[in-house]
Amino acid sequence: MSTQQTGPAAPHSIRPRAGSPARHGAPPLPHVSGISPLPVDLAAMLDALPVGVALLDTDCSIRLMNRALETLTGFTTAEVRGIPCRHALRASICLHRCPLRRPLTTASGVTVATASGAHYDMMDDGELPPAQEGDILNRHRRRIPVRMSMSPLRDADGRVVGWLHAVEDLTLVRELEEKTAKGEAFGPLVGRSVAMERVFQALPAVAQNDGPLLVTGETGTGKDTLAEAVHKASSRAREPFVKASLSSLPEFLAESELFGHRKGAFPGAEENKPGRFRLAQGGTLYLTEIGDLPLSIQGRLLAFLDEGVIYPVGATEPVACDVRLVVATNRDPEQLVAEGRLREDLFRRLSAVRLHLPPLRDRGEDIEFLLNHFMGHFAARMKKTVRGCSGKALRTLLDYPFPGNVRELRNIAEYAVTLCPGETVMPAHLPAYLFQAKAEARRAERERRAGRGIPGVPDASGAPGDAQGSAQAAVDMAEPLARASVSDLERRLIADALQRTGNRRGEAAELLGWGRSTLWRKMKQYGMC
Amino acid sequence: MPATLLIPLYRNEVAPRFDLAGEALLVHLDADGAELSRSSVLLAHASSEELCRIALEEKVRAVICNGIDDEFWQYLRWKRIEVIDNVMGPVDEAIARFRADVLRPGDILFHRSDA
Repeated sequence: MSTQQTGPAAPHSIRPRAGSPARHGAPPLPHVSGISPLPVDLAAMLDALPVGVALLDTDCSIRLMNRALETLTGFTTAEVRGIPCRHALRASICLHRCPLRRPLTTASGVTVATASGAHYDMMDDGELPPAQEGDILNRHRRRIPVRMSMSPLRDADGRVVGWLHAVEDLTLVRELEEKTAKGEAFGPLVGRSVAMERVFQALPAVAQNDGPLLVTGETGTGKDTLAEAVHKASSRAREPFVKASLSSLPEFLAESELFGHRKGAFPGAEENKPGRFRLAQGGTLYLTEIGDLPLSIQGRLLAFLDEGVIYPVGATEPVACDVRLVVATNRDPEQLVAEGRLREDLFRRLSAVRLHLPPLRDRGEDIEFLLNHFMGHFAARMKKTVRGCSGKALRTLLDYPFPGNVRELRNIAEYAVTLCPGETVMPAHLPAYLFQAKAEARRAERERRAGRGIPGVPDASGAPGDAQGSAQAAVDMAEPLARASVSDLERRLIADALQRTGNRRGEAAELLGWGRSTLWRKMKQYGMC
Repeated sequence: MPATLLIPLYRNEVAPRFDLAGEALLVHLDADGAELSRSSVLLAHASSEELCRIALEEKVRAVICNGIDDEFWQYLRWKRIEVIDNVMGPVDEAIARFRADVLRPGDILFHRSDA
């Protein structure tokens, strides 16, 4: 393959074909022969490449840029032809790491004589770095991450007659990397596991759908957060988001709370009450634990879904309501139907659009990701410099089954950041119940191996005493702790330290890694002194 | 009115990038645009922030540079400093054009016999 250019030219220059149509202005651009019977337009050939390419002469001046590179830099070949490439490309590697600007050495190899008399000593092609990453500043003052590589262009005798500079735009790659590092997000919901990716993909469409939504998932998986995020991403975002948790109310109060009542509808109803439905007018009504609602209320919900009207308690006329209904349950809804706790017709109506939030134990790499996410959040809030977990602390957390799901992980992160005095969270900064659960599991495993069972805990075959059963027992024990707030845990920690040190506050503070005043302040806060 | 120019340097050229220039030239002009003096500033580390600080401290009227991040371009303009960017070529040529009031953003001042 060779390149040609019209007219007398230096031995190393590129000769354009006579009569070749000029591109990017004069002079005519070169073509390549030897590929096909007729010469091939070099510029058109380079334009077909998806990466930016520049042809440089031996002085590293621009001879030609393809369209991809023109787009990237904002300069046309006509504007920058003949100027040093560092001024047109303006790459971060140009000034300090330019592969063609190495000091002259006396080592044997190919020495390139340039038109300006300068010499670049090239040991061989392998001396050129394979590709370097950096960025360029384009004409529009935008910084673009790129990967750049350089290859020599040789004539038929093997002499270097120029350089081919390839510039690959890494903007999309960087965005993808950033997205992977940050994880997917939908409002406050974050994650990067495959299980959550499916949820994130469905959420925008679900948010725009105005029909009822059923959210399922274990306690602590983020159903409330999801419901609110869906509301905020919907066309109803400017209208109210009303949450109703009615499971603890008697039936008639729950009915009144939800649908409102007329004055005098029942003893004590001294005024008209709008109810949650009408408070949510134009927005979203979120009902937690649908399976705990009385069947009569479920029937009225079904009527609302069918007709768009509600009947306040004591009212004879229906009231039209423009509300999107989002309901949640932490139970299997099919099982609730089978048990007769959820009306089948209501379930069918609700399950047209259904989202399931996976438990944390099924979210793979999300545990570490969320841990870092929450620790960063709390560290910023508490103005601390906690950066991560030690290997042992992390292993403890990764081995833990998280029965309280994301809520529990968040609590643990808050606890750890609160207690950690430095940059790294150590096992001592984690709640003690994490280790109790682990120790229980280990003990059960030892007992299983020794052939002893734990009374009352059936194994897989129905026989008592099994490691799995005991581990579950440990988890069951930990679950109430997992749901406890950080302040509860802290209170327990203080009590434990005081007990161990015989109520000597100085020693207890030392044991906890706190100052005496911190311990005193916290004891006062929790009413312990 | 006397004026000062700031030009980030790479050898005797306007530096390809504002953020990577380790040296800057300050050119002091009198009210008629005649050059009074030049002084150069060596930076410990190339830094756009440092160049901006110098520009403000020296009450620079105009910055002549090649590539500059939009953030710093906006900042300097907000501080009422004229920024003539995308200028490629020898520093002397850039100064001469500025004094003649013909230097514009995007000017390429290299002598190109075959371009």
